[in-house]
Amino acid sequence: MTETILRQTTARPKDVPWLSLKYREMLEAWLFISPTLIGFLIFFLGPLMAIVYYSMTEWNLLTQQATFVGLDNFQDALFVNPDFWHVVRNSVIFALGLVPLNMALALTLALALSRPFFGVVFFRTVFFAPVITSAIAWAIVWKFLLQGEAGAVNQMLAWVGIDGPNWLREPNWAMAAVIVTRVIKMVGLNMILYIAALQAILRDYEDAARLEGASRWQIFRMIIWPLLAPTTLVIMVITTIGSFKVFDHIYQMTGGGPENGTLVLAYYIYQQGFEFFDVGYASALAMIMFVIVMVLTVVQVTVRRRGME
Amino acid sequence: MTQRQIRIIYRTCWTLALLIVAIPFVFPFLWMVSAGFKSVTEIFGAPSLIPRVWRFQNFVEVFTYQPFARQYFNSIYIALAVTALTLVISSLAGYALARMRFAGAGLLMLFLVSALMVPEEVTIIPNFFLIKWMGLMDTHWPLILLPTFGPHGVMATFLMRQYFLALPKELEEAGRMDGLSRLGIWWRIALPMSRPALAAVAIITFLFSWNLFLEPLIFLSSLEMFTLPLALSNFTDTYGLPLWNLQLAATTLAVVPILIVYLIAQRQIIESFALSGVKG
Repeated sequence: MTETILRQTTARPKDVPWLSLKYREMLEAWLFISPTLIGFLIFFLGPLMAIVYYSMTEWNLLTQQATFVGLDNFQDALFVNPDFWHVVRNSVIFALGLVPLNMALALTLALALSRPFFGVVFFRTVFFAPVITSAIAWAIVWKFLLQGEAGAVNQMLAWVGIDGPNWLREPNWAMAAVIVTRVIKMVGLNMILYIAALQAILRDYEDAARLEGASRWQIFRMIIWPLLAPTTLVIMVITTIGSFKVFDHIYQMTGGGPENGTLVLAYYIYQQGFEFFDVGYASALAMIMFVIVMVLTVVQVTVRRRGME
Repeated sequence: MTQRQIRIIYRTCWTLALLIVAIPFVFPFLWMVSAGFKSVTEIFGAPSLIPRVWRFQNFVEVFTYQPFARQYFNSIYIALAVTALTLVISSLAGYALARMRFAGAGLLMLFLVSALMVPEEVTIIPNFFLIKWMGLMDTHWPLILLPTFGPHGVMATFLMRQYFLALPKELEEAGRMDGLSRLGIWWRIALPMSRPALAAVAIITFLFSWNLFLEPLIFLSSLEMFTLPLALSNFTDTYGLPLWNLQLAATTLAVVPILIVYLIAQRQIIESFALSGVKG
């Protein structure tokens, strides 16, 4: 008995007449994918659906009771709670400050470092180093450097006669400080993407253009910049989405303060959900964030497709 | 001036400009190491890059203030576990998506792509309840499971798929003739040819896990379970103010080994990120 069962189960699918090669291949493919898929369903898609429900409940983490309240949380965020628009404003300022600064610096560095010269490896290594460093470590050091009077940055500014502000204690300066330190941390990544794109362009076009007697600026303006457009658009969307994700950096450097001056959307979700235990409201915020990111992703995919044509 | 002289001056100016721009990239690392060796009084005195008195005691106190060695070990083994798991799972799925024909592949891809950019903040609240329901609070399981199966794992899958697509099919067909199963082809032929992609996935995954912060912050509560980023942010006194010299000494201990590996393998590491950025 056992033997027959064993023979049946260990029989290779190939020998089973009803399992044609096509179906066998399909079965195998799904088996290959199943670990990814099952994990994805449990830890990503399921939770994603759950927040749709959560966002429509009034749910206090301490009392563990959920009551269905429809769209109240969204109404609360969009029309009642002034904090929400303050947070959106902060997130937009953060993105508007970070994205152009990051991209302009990335492109400048890439243009300078896309050709081999003495020291090019050194500079690339230096500009990329913060990318691999933990955001917490980076924020700890910058928080230290940006202290009011004792901070190294202000002491150095004093040498040249500038009386630096108490960077992390004044809302506007704190926002500026967070943006700039974030740009320094992440610009290396965009620089690398630009360098990869530039090297392909330079290989193909530059010699021809130079033979025609074009100046450096003309080459950039007429050839390089248009050809970089697809890369630029992709980098722009990735960087914008990335700017909405920033949490650890702000957590460590300012904790959303001072006076909520650096309270951005990602931090607001954490704060409402895990500090104030307002699960329903935090979930509504998460939904809003999801929609923002989805819109940006669709833009990116469309752009990328157009770039390929 | 000759053309050559102009070019030399031009080059020198560029290099000088680059050196100036490089200051805020390098300076924080130098300052971190230097402050890690200073005493509290010197830290707030006149700034100098070289400590007047080298206080090695800081690096001892780091280990007595918190179970820092244990936390260090936690970070290493979790990052290794996430990396190993991600390598296996993403290369399996990536191989199927690249090479095998099956109904629903297109839809599945669309499904996965949509996850790529979604921030972890979006799903963290339901995941918190899920992990709690599973009884895995204050364990390392969520720090292994969530990164492996979240958007980062999807990114790794696509990176692998892209690489498999570019491989020549002939070898795999030959393997098939020799009677290898699909699993055999994946293991014996496709994977050995994909070392660069596997290395890239390994590098970015290790660093992703190593630098993870939100999940440890939410799921861990006891000091012995902390990972490095959480431990670093925890060097504060009873008023919540940073214990600067200890914190910076600990940060030095956490950052410098990674930097050394980076300096040795910078080319490989930078290329891995370029690959993931372009494909992902």
